[in-house]
Amino acid sequence: MNFSVYAYSFLGVLKREFLRFIHQRSRFFSSLVRPLLWLIVFAAGFRAALGLSITPPYQTYITYETYIIPGLACMILLFNGMQSALSMVYDREMGSMRVLLMSPLPRSWLLFCKLFAIALISLIQVYAFYGITLALDIRLPLIGLLYALPALLLTALELGAIGLFLSSKIRQLENFAGVMNFVIFPMFFMSSALYPLWRMRESSEWLYWVCSLNPFTYAVELVRFAMYSQLNLEAFWVTLATTLFFGGMAIIGFRPEKVTGTK
Amino acid sequence: MFKKRLLTGLIAGALFSTPLFAGTAFISNERDNTISVIDTKSWEVVNTFNVGMRPRGILLNSDYSKLYVCASDSDRVEIYDAKTFEFITDLPSGDDPEQFALHPNDRLLFIANEDDDIVSVVDTETHQVLAQIEVGIEPEGMGVSPDGKWAVNTSETTNMLHWIDTETLELVDNTVIDQRPRHVEFTHDSQRLWASAEIGGTVTIYDVDSREEIHKINFEIKGVHPDRIQPVGIQLTQDGRYAFVALGPANHVAMIDQQTYEVLEYFLVGRRVWGVGLTPDDKYVISTNGVSGDVSIIDVEKREVIKTLKVGRYPWGVVAAP
Repeated sequence: MNFSVYAYSFLGVLKREFLRFIHQRSRFFSSLVRPLLWLIVFAAGFRAALGLSITPPYQTYITYETYIIPGLACMILLFNGMQSALSMVYDREMGSMRVLLMSPLPRSWLLFCKLFAIALISLIQVYAFYGITLALDIRLPLIGLLYALPALLLTALELGAIGLFLSSKIRQLENFAGVMNFVIFPMFFMSSALYPLWRMRESSEWLYWVCSLNPFTYAVELVRFAMYSQLNLEAFWVTLATTLFFGGMAIIGFRPEKVTGTK
Repeated sequence: MFKKRLLTGLIAGALFSTPLFAGTAFISNERDNTISVIDTKSWEVVNTFNVGMRPRGILLNSDYSKLYVCASDSDRVEIYDAKTFEFITDLPSGDDPEQFALHPNDRLLFIANEDDDIVSVVDTETHQVLAQIEVGIEPEGMGVSPDGKWAVNTSETTNMLHWIDTETLELVDNTVIDQRPRHVEFTHDSQRLWASAEIGGTVTIYDVDSREEIHKINFEIKGVHPDRIQPVGIQLTQDGRYAFVALGPANHVAMIDQQTYEVLEYFLVGRRVWGVGLTPDDKYVISTNGVSGDVSIIDVEKREVIKTLKVGRYPWGVVAAP
């Protein structure tokens, strides 16, 4: 098989994901409403609470709403990654995933296509969110939004990989809701998305350590630093390693016999 | 031969050229009894030197060669070389000098003596006290008009502006202002006077000729209780475009249009910002954030705070040289 076959298959998967995205407009809006609610309602109450300490990558005092923007961008990626994984369970149950995996192309390539397509769709939503925050007169470094693109892509792949891994382990659609509660919320809340780690440490040492071990923390910090034109190497390596690990596990987990097997 | 001369010239230039940094800002640290020296290009603290006790008001003479420091608890005004930071001399100041203003002739120094309810006028060359002018209770802010005709003092408890004729050194008029006036600043054409009222939460603009109020500015910051908005330091750009006002425990600096009096921006800075200073090119504003012990740098053109850096404890006054 030559390159064009691989490219054709990628475009096919991307088109399918894009059409799904277009047809599920409510999902698009809900993915924006969630972070915007946090930004407008939650951040309003804590507006003045964070202007007391300067931590990298920030050079000066910032408002709470400025602080949580990278976390909320990653929140979109997190929910999207997981929801797309949910659709994989659905696909597997309904058969479309079986059809896809029956093609002569390597399974790893097909899963990568799926992962990459999900990531690209997620990025559209993240940049729509950035656009709304700018319209809300929240200052973001514009060049930083460009620098954030590769960081967001890697984060989207990481979270998609985690989602794929989880979906490969789930046999029934119903089980996934539970996993959502046990994965998404702990990942999001026990990270630096809403509060800096030094603030966590002030209230609880063990909570600080849990947050420090959460890969989502590193994803958020990677995006946060990139938005301010800086590379957080530690966050980059942790995010890359997590992506490769869960991506590999997802490929191993998606064995054909499992896909074609009974529930 | 030419190469050798060029190399020698370059080495000599590198070794002996004085301007190690583009510009310098001086910050008085009230609790540390020090002055922090900041390079206004890299925005790093490049030196710190000791001065008298409780330094507050600071200023530079017209050619930026001398730094004047109000050492409040040492009851004197100290003069330092602005390049070498070496002590030159001190001036008699009366008790507890807090703020002062230098006449454009570089001779007359008007000092507010907070504990004695007077304004002392000192000759910076002869070191003689030329006059002690009685003003209201707790004199604080001090300003001299750029044309040299007027000196204005604020009295915190009497809530008045005291207008002093700089030729006769006599008090000629008093103007009532909102509660606890802290700072006055003349526009560069000497036509207007801006005065802040800390408890009143306002900045009032006066016409200098008539000494009548022209306008009053109120402030409103989203998420900040109005009681915390306490205007103190004021700086006006030379081109007549912008004014910057430090808003105390509101932890913000306001940017105001000097012509329309409209508040254009609020900048989040450190805790309890009292002082603001402009670089001589009017490109940057430096705010002294007393409680957080740092200064914030505002880029005027970009309209954003670009950096906050630690200085000594309780930074108070700020002045910048090219």
